[in-house]
Amino acid sequence: MSCKRKEKAAVVSQEQIAENIYSMWIQTEEISDFAVPGQFISMYTEDQSKLLPRPISLCEIDREKKRLRVVYRVTGKGTGTEQFSRLRPGESIQILGPLGNGFPMEPGTGKKVCLIGGGIGVPPMLELSKQLHAEKQLVMGYRDELFLTEEFEKNGTLYIATEDGSAGTPGNVIDAIAQKGLSPEVIYACGPAPMLRAVKSYAEEKHIPCYVSMEERMACGVGACLACVCRTPEIDAHSQVHNKRVCKDGPVFLSTEVEI
Amino acid sequence: MKNSAVCDTTVDLAGVKLKNPVMTASGTFGSGEEYSEFVDLNRLGAVVTKGVANVPWPGNPVPRIAETYGGMMNAIGLQNPGIDVFCRRDIPFLKKYDTKIIVNVCGKTTEDYLEVVERLADEPADLLEINISCPNVKEGGIAFGQDPRSAEHITREVKKHAKQPVIMKLSPNVTSIAEMAKAVEAGGADVISLINTLTGMKIDIHRQTFAVANKTGGVSGPAIRPIAVRMVYEAANAVKVPIIGMGGITCAEDALEFILAGASAVSVGTASFYNPMAAVQVAEGIEAYMRQHRTEHIRDLVGIVK
Repeated sequence: MSCKRKEKAAVVSQEQIAENIYSMWIQTEEISDFAVPGQFISMYTEDQSKLLPRPISLCEIDREKKRLRVVYRVTGKGTGTEQFSRLRPGESIQILGPLGNGFPMEPGTGKKVCLIGGGIGVPPMLELSKQLHAEKQLVMGYRDELFLTEEFEKNGTLYIATEDGSAGTPGNVIDAIAQKGLSPEVIYACGPAPMLRAVKSYAEEKHIPCYVSMEERMACGVGACLACVCRTPEIDAHSQVHNKRVCKDGPVFLSTEVEI
Repeated sequence: MKNSAVCDTTVDLAGVKLKNPVMTASGTFGSGEEYSEFVDLNRLGAVVTKGVANVPWPGNPVPRIAETYGGMMNAIGLQNPGIDVFCRRDIPFLKKYDTKIIVNVCGKTTEDYLEVVERLADEPADLLEINISCPNVKEGGIAFGQDPRSAEHITREVKKHAKQPVIMKLSPNVTSIAEMAKAVEAGGADVISLINTLTGMKIDIHRQTFAVANKTGGVSGPAIRPIAVRMVYEAANAVKVPIIGMGGITCAEDALEFILAGASAVSVGTASFYNPMAAVQVAEGIEAYMRQHRTEHIRDLVGIVK
């Protein structure tokens, strides 16, 4: 039997941690027992006019208390994520998970690794930074306002890049890596496509193994509907074409396995 | 004893006996493997697979889907691994379960369809569903499904080559669904399924472009259900062959509307995306309704609303 399941989770806490960025802890029955860094859950609204689940990455996993933390962006007025942000402690939410493959821990263990997060790709790097035993350089890119930085500082050396130059290195995560002279042996990254594209090309130029967590619009979240595919240079064994499913085969891929 | 009388949910589709009238809609359930982690496939009348062609198809560029009010729009473009891998991997997987296997067949030309149909002759597929109604591919698909003469012709060709009974899946993007139903019946269709998705468009005002890369997509989900019920009613009253009704079914009550309108069986599609257990729950709910209404056989409900 699979470890994936649909559950009604109770909201433990909800707080806004930056503009449009919310942090929610939820109490699960069993999903947290199986969850690993880099996986995600499908979150459902109670509103039947919004019937597709929202895939949200796991920011923290507390197996002892059977809790999960999601840090997510509210994408606008009247959206599903705005409904999530209005949930209060004691209220509940339907979730399906844990979904996706998660980050492979073995390649980075004991190495000098860079964990790179950008924008709403920052949160999944937190649980990875907690669980990965390695020399960790945490490079986090923000547009302007910072979040989760105190938590990251406990789990490695934090380097910040901001697009508006208000903190850390002005520019993007690659600018920060260059400015600080970082030389990772393994890279893990999650962020918007332009950032992943830059990280992929940086890593491949330097022949560094690089794991990227991809994003694409999803429907089922479990690999059935073939909505969230990404291009692959090789023919994929499952699809028999140059496509992999982000939700099921990913969201984490070795950078050389995918086109970004 | 009240509410506990034995009720018979079995359905006969062209000689194939389904344990209950509920199946999955093609394209929403893969070949069953992904959902088997959540759903007991043994409790479904049948699993209808994602459309399969003679060779692998890459499908459309992303984004392939968008949410719409009470539904969604998709333009997957019939990505599929081709009939060889399908026969080697997906049919043996489904064979492990006590449910009927309905293989959805797609193609660009008549020859493509026939190649797949012939390839399936010696496979343990129970029924074939011929997709002449996909709105998201340029050739084939809907090109056969919007003109009664083309639809009748391809049905006749498929029937000549098919070993299994043939379901023709109709598009709602036509002027007269009754005329289309009559055409495929005249061509020899054993069963008719409808509706496929309604062609729609959504504009992303933030990116100032189309929400799906294909520009148009097929709209599905609860928002289209009244249209689907009406079309099933019209088709059922135009032909004698059994009808599989679908379009926005989320629960047993929705499914019963289709059955009362004339569908002998129903498919659950988009609902699986927000409730993986939806199809099984629909089957259970229909049985509960039958007990409550002391319906001895599911066929006693089919098309009784005139």
